[in-house]
Amino acid sequence: MPSKLASLIEQHESELLDEWLEHQKRALGSAAQRISDGQMRTASQRLLGALRMTLQAHGPEAAAKDPALLQVLDAVSHERVAQGFSPSETAVFVFSLKEALYDRLQKEFGNDAAAFSKETWDVTRLLDNMGLYTFETYQKSRDDIIRRQQQELLELSTPVMELWDGILALPLIGTLDSGRTQIVMQNLLDAVVAKNADLAIIDITGVPTVDTLVAQHLLKTVSAARLMGTDCIISGIRPQIAQTIIHLGVELQGVVTKASLSGAFAYALEHRKMSIVKNSGIAT
Amino acid sequence: MPPSIISETVKNQAVKLNAASDVVMIRQAVRALAVEIGMNLVDQTKIITAASELARNAVIHGGGGDATLEIVRDAANRLGLRLSFEDRGPGIADIQRAMTDGYTTGTGLGLGLGGARRLSSEFHIQSAPEQGTKVTILKWKG
Repeated sequence: MPSKLASLIEQHESELLDEWLEHQKRALGSAAQRISDGQMRTASQRLLGALRMTLQAHGPEAAAKDPALLQVLDAVSHERVAQGFSPSETAVFVFSLKEALYDRLQKEFGNDAAAFSKETWDVTRLLDNMGLYTFETYQKSRDDIIRRQQQELLELSTPVMELWDGILALPLIGTLDSGRTQIVMQNLLDAVVAKNADLAIIDITGVPTVDTLVAQHLLKTVSAARLMGTDCIISGIRPQIAQTIIHLGVELQGVVTKASLSGAFAYALEHRKMSIVKNSGIAT
Repeated sequence: MPPSIISETVKNQAVKLNAASDVVMIRQAVRALAVEIGMNLVDQTKIITAASELARNAVIHGGGGDATLEIVRDAANRLGLRLSFEDRGPGIADIQRAMTDGYTTGTGLGLGLGGARRLSSEFHIQSAPEQGTKVTILKWKG
């Protein structure tokens, strides 16, 4: 049996579209400004078309699982995330179609109570499923963005630089939770091997809080480097951090520490029996 | 030293402690409150570090819990931060021993509790086996 819903949409597609757009704008209120009329119309038109084709092909029972329809819903949800719509504002897009279809069904089947209630039930179930799917997709896009940013942050914040032949610098920035510390340690040890370094400066100017866990991670990194024959200097210890470390009772014995990166670099050069001298003006 | 008499709680904020990422949230929340009352940088860093230790204890040893962050005022109109961390974990049988530097039941340095006490103006711990643990610290401005 051909879907009554499908033929209803086919016969009144343009009126339905206009009514649906009205409902959407009313439901969104001021949030509707984030999207142009043209964009809203194009997205709505695509979904309505996809819905009609799905209903014609599969009927209302299986429609909510049709990949072609879900693809359109995916595209719309991603678009709305990018435009800064909230999850409920995104779901409104689908749910407002329910109102438009309901009005249409009443005009068409108002006199036939049995047909009206059956079609209404089909519409409600189908659109509820579509709405929930939109919601899930929205959530997924958000999660993807967060995961990507976390990943980018991991890569961004742990460079190892060569300051001089055999002298490495590792500027640490941000929170040193255990996940990142492992990457920091790995990067440093890899660079020690690659550059054949005998000195590494770990600069913690950009680490806002040094608690016992951060201190422990730092000490472990220093110990691991030392096992590979590389001495470490910890620099960037600001006055407030120094006082906090003392109160915590953390022992940094055996680790050379400096207040600034330049101090650490000067120490490193001295260690290598090198010094920087001012050019006296004699051409060489 | 008897605990200070607090005459007023100016602001009160509750934070859930469930995962390691909540420790970061606590640090940021405490920093915002410390800046709000105009605490100096050294005291800010001390109270943030103490909060970091206690919040992590609640997450790791207590299996999660709740933190309450307050701006308080005493009769002399002095402002301070009072932070309490409460978990529903196994509790501590021997508090004396748990406060000893270097003692740990986990894999840390065993300096968190003692360190938090030294970083705060006032420190209070309440715990018993199977009763969870509640630690309250206070730091006055200036």
